[in-house]
Amino acid sequence: MSARTTISSLVLAGAVSTALATLASAAPLTKAEADAAIAAKKEKCFGVALKGQNDCAAGPGTTCQGTSTVDFQGNAWKFVQGGTCASIDLPGGKKGSLKPV
Amino acid sequence: MQPEPHASYAAAFAPALLDPGSEVPSIVTGPCGKSAVTCYNVYRNNVTVSLIDALASIYPAVQRLTGEDFFRAMARFHIREIPPTSPLLFDYGRNFPAFIEGYEHAQSLPWLADVARIERAWLDAYHAADSTTLSPSALATVAPDRLASLVFTVHPATRVVRSSYAAVTIFAANRGTAAASTIDASVPEDALITRPDADVVVQLLPPGGAAFLACLMSGCMLAEAAAAALEDEPEFDLATNIAGLFEAGAFASLTSGDAR
Repeated sequence: MSARTTISSLVLAGAVSTALATLASAAPLTKAEADAAIAAKKEKCFGVALKGQNDCAAGPGTTCQGTSTVDFQGNAWKFVQGGTCASIDLPGGKKGSLKPV
Repeated sequence: MQPEPHASYAAAFAPALLDPGSEVPSIVTGPCGKSAVTCYNVYRNNVTVSLIDALASIYPAVQRLTGEDFFRAMARFHIREIPPTSPLLFDYGRNFPAFIEGYEHAQSLPWLADVARIERAWLDAYHAADSTTLSPSALATVAPDRLASLVFTVHPATRVVRSSYAAVTIFAANRGTAAASTIDASVPEDALITRPDADVVVQLLPPGGAAFLACLMSGCMLAEAAAAALEDEPEFDLATNIAGLFEAGAFASLTSGDAR
């Protein structure tokens, strides 16, 4: 980083006005149209917009669940490819196997 | 309340809970001084199961990726290695992503720890303090010659997770209802986590976006952050990133850096 990048005020002002134009265009629309426009722009700006779904949104400790599963001994366990990881390609071209290498 | 007797009893009772191979504490006895191994094992079971369930609630995508048997075995090793220090269960498992990174049987899934980091950031964003999000109109009123020195305060929920792998796509495919098609894990992806309304949203940051926001989060002025992003990634597009961050509700307020 010997030659530090600098951003001129002109470049900044241009980028900000472009950003504001993008953001402002939804204003005179109805709520539904505005939401749709915003959703469409999200696609444009940031690729995919993803909502993380979770059965227990607040995390653990927020519900009173019974814990009747017997699990404490469990030293005998095995590798099972029960998950979805096999659908993911690794850099070496191998699938995401869970078997010990 | 007599905290001291209770505390000393708990101190004698608790240590063997996470170690099935250790002796039942001598203070625990059955009627007529008989052994109470079976009864004590009920406690062991509940502690271990509840902590594994806590990790499964925090890291559902990791569990879906590995399958339940693998996940519960991995979680059990983690619990034995790093027991909770806080009574708040939602706060447990903060070290789980780092544990996954070093877990020998997960080495064939090098992206798994980053997926876990996104899940942890998701829950932290969910529990972050409420705040209004900064409206773009605040930016419109700034004089052009003041833009360079703007300093943003990010919304309390805003998080960035950088990955050398396609952690955002893998997270999305395994956290929602979408079926996982084949994913190329070798594409680096950075995640933006925000909570614009009540819902946590995870998005894929554009090139340079993580460096830009990370700099802003550490208190950089706007011009410094843009420069840092361009050095990180020559394809960085300032207008797209500013618009995207405002739409995502990443900011809470802004001030002029000159006033600091």
